[in-house]
Amino acid sequence: MSRRRTWRSLPVVHQLRQSVGLQRGMLVTGLVLTGLLVLTALLAPLLAPYGFSQLRGPDGTFGAQQAPSADHLLGTTVGGYDVLSRVLYGTRTALFVIVVAIVLSIVAGVLLGLVSGYLGGWLDRVLVVVADAVYAFPSLLLAIVAAIVISGGQSSLVGGVLAAAVSITVVFVPQYFRVVRAETVRIKNEAFVESARVVGTSTWRIMTRHVLRNATRSLPLIVTLNASEAILTLAGLGFLGFGIQPTAAAEWGYDLNRSIADVTSGIWWTSIFPGAAIVLTVLGLTLVGESLNDLADPRLRSRRRAADAPPPADVAVTPGGGLAAGTDGSTP
Amino acid sequence: MTTATQDPAPPAEDAPAGRRRRRGGGLGSYLLVRALLIIPTVFILVTTVFFLMRTTGDPITAALGGRLPADQLAERIREAGYDRPLLVQYLDYLGGLLRGDFGTTLSDRRPVTDVLVTYGAATLELTVYSMAVALLVGIPLGMVAARLRDRFPDAALRFFAIFCYATPVFFAGLLLKLVFSVWLGWLPVAGRVSTRGELQLTRGDTHTGIYLIDAISTGDGELVGEVLRYAVLPSLALGLLTAGVFLRLVRTNMIGTLGSGYVEAARSRGVAESRLVRKHAYRPALVPIITVIGLQIALVLSGAVLTETTFEWRGLGFQLGQYLQARDFVAVQGIVALLAVIVALTNFVVDVVAALIDPRVRYS
Repeated sequence: MSRRRTWRSLPVVHQLRQSVGLQRGMLVTGLVLTGLLVLTALLAPLLAPYGFSQLRGPDGTFGAQQAPSADHLLGTTVGGYDVLSRVLYGTRTALFVIVVAIVLSIVAGVLLGLVSGYLGGWLDRVLVVVADAVYAFPSLLLAIVAAIVISGGQSSLVGGVLAAAVSITVVFVPQYFRVVRAETVRIKNEAFVESARVVGTSTWRIMTRHVLRNATRSLPLIVTLNASEAILTLAGLGFLGFGIQPTAAAEWGYDLNRSIADVTSGIWWTSIFPGAAIVLTVLGLTLVGESLNDLADPRLRSRRRAADAPPPADVAVTPGGGLAAGTDGSTP
Repeated sequence: MTTATQDPAPPAEDAPAGRRRRRGGGLGSYLLVRALLIIPTVFILVTTVFFLMRTTGDPITAALGGRLPADQLAERIREAGYDRPLLVQYLDYLGGLLRGDFGTTLSDRRPVTDVLVTYGAATLELTVYSMAVALLVGIPLGMVAARLRDRFPDAALRFFAIFCYATPVFFAGLLLKLVFSVWLGWLPVAGRVSTRGELQLTRGDTHTGIYLIDAISTGDGELVGEVLRYAVLPSLALGLLTAGVFLRLVRTNMIGTLGSGYVEAARSRGVAESRLVRKHAYRPALVPIITVIGLQIALVLSGAVLTETTFEWRGLGFQLGQYLQARDFVAVQGIVALLAVIVALTNFVVDVVAALIDPRVRYS
């Protein structure tokens, strides 16, 4: 691991340079969509014509289920909110939840994975079994249980958003744990760790200095894919009524839940726009993650076709399909 | 993925006896370890869920707090035994689980097992349909994508796969509903069958709860058609969610097998490319599918909860949504615990099948 890190070796920039043709197209599309998400989230108050919980304008209340018009470009919801404003403000909630969920789960997962993989012993065994159990469980149900615990099923103001983020964190921690642990187990037997130990470096320093840097190489892939899963989980929670109250923040899943009845009576604008926002967000993040994943796997990288290169893939991540670390997580 | 070439044939008759015994032992002990692993998995999940749910307080206060006077509330709590030490409650709960007692719901006072029996069949039916949709869509398209790698159809199919994943199942459901039920009027909006059909189905003496089987057993062709028409949209919504995963998996594996030595050898003997795909490469590329079907069970169950809520498909997921709304956490806990058992059992079955098909699995 050289210390001369130029901008060219930064995670995404490096892959962008490495990619060609179709894969570059996918990566660029993903980056553009993700960039739009971030921009919209930052500029939401400027872009949105009304507040996300605003019910009345200068001419009185907006009225419920109004079809798209000049006043309300995308119509109003059954609760009488402006659809466009809620869709735009929804990016803020989405981004906030993604960032909090991923930061929390990386911190927890990496720490646990490092300690578990490096120290081994009974702690390692217990953590592996627990992580496997949690990992195998339907993530949405896990998030529901976590949401009940954190907010008691009630959504307060910021608490609701934070609760959703933490609920999603619970789902992700095992993934980071597994990958980092597997890498740590592999790395701790390498010569440079051995030599550091011989020199008398403390365990903590070896873990943070030598192992951590090498064990976290594959994390950017998981982060992008988890970001998209976080959005889907958040929307799922909201759809089941465990999301955030409409007055606290704009959340697409909640809006979709309220639009089920609208759909039956042919009111399309309350469901299509928040849904499309979810699809575009997840699409952008998945395209980025997918491209990074393909570029990291020589079998899938479309480039000069090396005929018989054995696949030294460290991690293969499939959105929604789980991920397999290079070493089997269950065998110490 | 070169199983086909190295696939060790069953030990020949003249193989040394010791070698054969070891081989059988490998599979046997592998299965035993896998079977035993179910116990800690279920135990951990059930324990975690129990203690997590209790950190918010007792379920009765959660469900009825504020609606009952304090003394009545305390009475109900004492009656249900929620005033005892947490550990006693936990052991009581575990004991109940071992006897197959998942608790009694608070909102409608039904044993959770009763809820499971009543609504489990509906969820099973939906899951099977959607899995069929996923495989029928995912496998052929994945093969096409691998065959035409890096050309336009491949790009389009991969985009389709990502799109399938990126669309939340309930949004897909709402869109399908909007187009095919509301605008075109081709298919019913929600539910499993019409009220008239339901009467007919429950009247039959063999009542499985799986409507297709029940409908077929009535011998009424019209009813079978109706049941199927109701099932189309939910199955599509849930099936497309996983179809994308299968498509990508088949594509990746096919690319791997198409580049492997034995396929290369067949290609150099002049075997046509289409025949390579159909006869040589597809089998080893499909083995991982079996494992992934098992991994998808978690995703499909999550999806089923959302699909059922979207389409008012009265299964476990729909019921779970209802109990969540009613803040009936005993029922939620019971359903979640049961789903934990189902997931663990499915994973075990998948492990067994994978070990039987691919001998390398049991030695890794």
